[in-house]
Amino acid sequence: MAAGTIWVVAETNADGTLAKSSTEVATLARTLANAAGGEAAGIVVARNPKAAAEELAGYLPRVVTIAEPAADGNAWAQIAAQRAAAILASEAPAAGLTGAGPDGRDVAGTLSALLERPVLVNATAVSWDGGPAVEMSAFGGKLVTTSAFADGEWGIVTVRPNVVTAEKAGAAGRVESAKAGGDLALPVVKVVERIEEAAAALPIEEARIIVAGGRGVGGEDGFRLVEEIAQELGGAVGATRAAVDSGWIPYAQQIGQTGKIVKPQLYLALGISGAIQHKVGMQTAGTIIGVNRDPDAPIAEFADLVVVGDLFEVGKALLAELRSRG
Amino acid sequence: MRIVVLTKPVPDPAAAAERLTADGRLDRAASPAVINGNDEYVLEAALKLVEAHGGEVTLLSMAPANGVETMRKGLAMGAHRGVLVTDPALVGSDQWSTVQVLVAALGELEYDLVLAGFDTSDGVGGVVGAAVATRLKMPYLSSAAKIEPNPDAGTVRVRRISATGFDVLEAPMPALVVGTQLLGEPRYPSLKGIMAARSKEVVTRSLADLGLDAGAVGGAASRTKVTGQQKPPARGATQVVRGTPEEGAKAIADLLASRRLI
Repeated sequence: MAAGTIWVVAETNADGTLAKSSTEVATLARTLANAAGGEAAGIVVARNPKAAAEELAGYLPRVVTIAEPAADGNAWAQIAAQRAAAILASEAPAAGLTGAGPDGRDVAGTLSALLERPVLVNATAVSWDGGPAVEMSAFGGKLVTTSAFADGEWGIVTVRPNVVTAEKAGAAGRVESAKAGGDLALPVVKVVERIEEAAAALPIEEARIIVAGGRGVGGEDGFRLVEEIAQELGGAVGATRAAVDSGWIPYAQQIGQTGKIVKPQLYLALGISGAIQHKVGMQTAGTIIGVNRDPDAPIAEFADLVVVGDLFEVGKALLAELRSRG
Repeated sequence: MRIVVLTKPVPDPAAAAERLTADGRLDRAASPAVINGNDEYVLEAALKLVEAHGGEVTLLSMAPANGVETMRKGLAMGAHRGVLVTDPALVGSDQWSTVQVLVAALGELEYDLVLAGFDTSDGVGGVVGAAVATRLKMPYLSSAAKIEPNPDAGTVRVRRISATGFDVLEAPMPALVVGTQLLGEPRYPSLKGIMAARSKEVVTRSLADLGLDAGAVGGAASRTKVTGQQKPPARGATQVVRGTPEEGAKAIADLLASRRLI
């Protein structure tokens, strides 16, 4: 039996380009469709969806755009979900995929309620076995579970950032536009003001290398050394909740249970004990190195290398060493 | 202001004793339960709002019968009352069932705001709030760093974390707001609060009380299934270096070079 279509509801950046997470989710949808013997397609809902849709068509054979004026100046996710729901309801979906970030979650929850469909969340890997077989990291990474929708069901899957490597398709897909049909049934939530914050030079979710500081860094001044090392390595600066709560660094750079979950190739942790709340945000990093005074800190249980010592002394020596190697 | 805070008892991440039963359900006996961390942030915000505007905070949980013990901590922090939906048929509920149950339970309550945490530390889904708001056709404001109701105007403003800063959202109440850590550090219960919590009312509701059919929601009606569980791949052994800062730095640089990271 041929599977139906695996749909991706794409997200866009503030400048109208396609969100990086959507390139990953689209790549996954294409892989799954190949395995399922079905189709993969994407949906872009925006005031001007064209640019993001053409980008998305690099990853998917078919992209449907909906030009929705209300998507601008209002909270986007529920509007997008309503327009996407109308398309999914009229086709024969095999699954709906979104990112597991803030907007993707909002889209997934709304789609689930509108279409009366179950959801599997926060996938770290997805394969196809008559339907999506969704791997999730449970209990702070102690366990990996595999879940599926019940027999005869299709549902929505949210996919964690950085668990799929985005790869373009051999040929660009076709872009078609659909009409935004009918009124929006859900209350529209206005954006009355946009506040721009000075952002980190490189968002931690997208960084190949992260140098992170914890309580041991001791203050804003201490983070200058963390920044210097990050710059030398071409990486981004991350932090623990303790450092964020102390006001040394913005929340956007917090890694862990109530912050971001990252998967860089290198995670260099300075003055971070590696408590479970932080560990869940970074434990799948390729290489983990800790610098800590306490040789018995939990990070020693899962790091590749732990240097026991003062982070400032080791950090400065590391800068010198890296510079000498050029 | 009448505020309902959705709280979920979760296995204490700090105890690190979580495990699944053979049929893929959370073994609740294996691990002590605590209020989900993100729920404490929205509870703190709710308590501050009723301190400023007057009113009442109601906790709403769907949990096993001993969920009342976890709820006591929220009551000790200052919430006024609790509603616990508990029913043996709810064991093994999926997100879909959870949403149906919370919608039915909210139908019995009066509120200006419903608050929920960004996600839970056990499920890490973060989709229930949006689904509940959608079912109730209630304005939905998420990723809140600040919640500012205007009771006279009947509206609420939320500072929502965006990729580039914040979006200030505004909607009429009643509304459902999903909040984050940026709402501020939750308070510790005072001794007085702990004493007072003992006599606060916790109403227990079963599926039948809510007019829900145990065949349509709960474990028997679960639309997702856990098909396998395994340990994550083990990381290699940890190399520990003690010595001068220069020796430590050299060990780091050597490892980076050997893995082509520099």
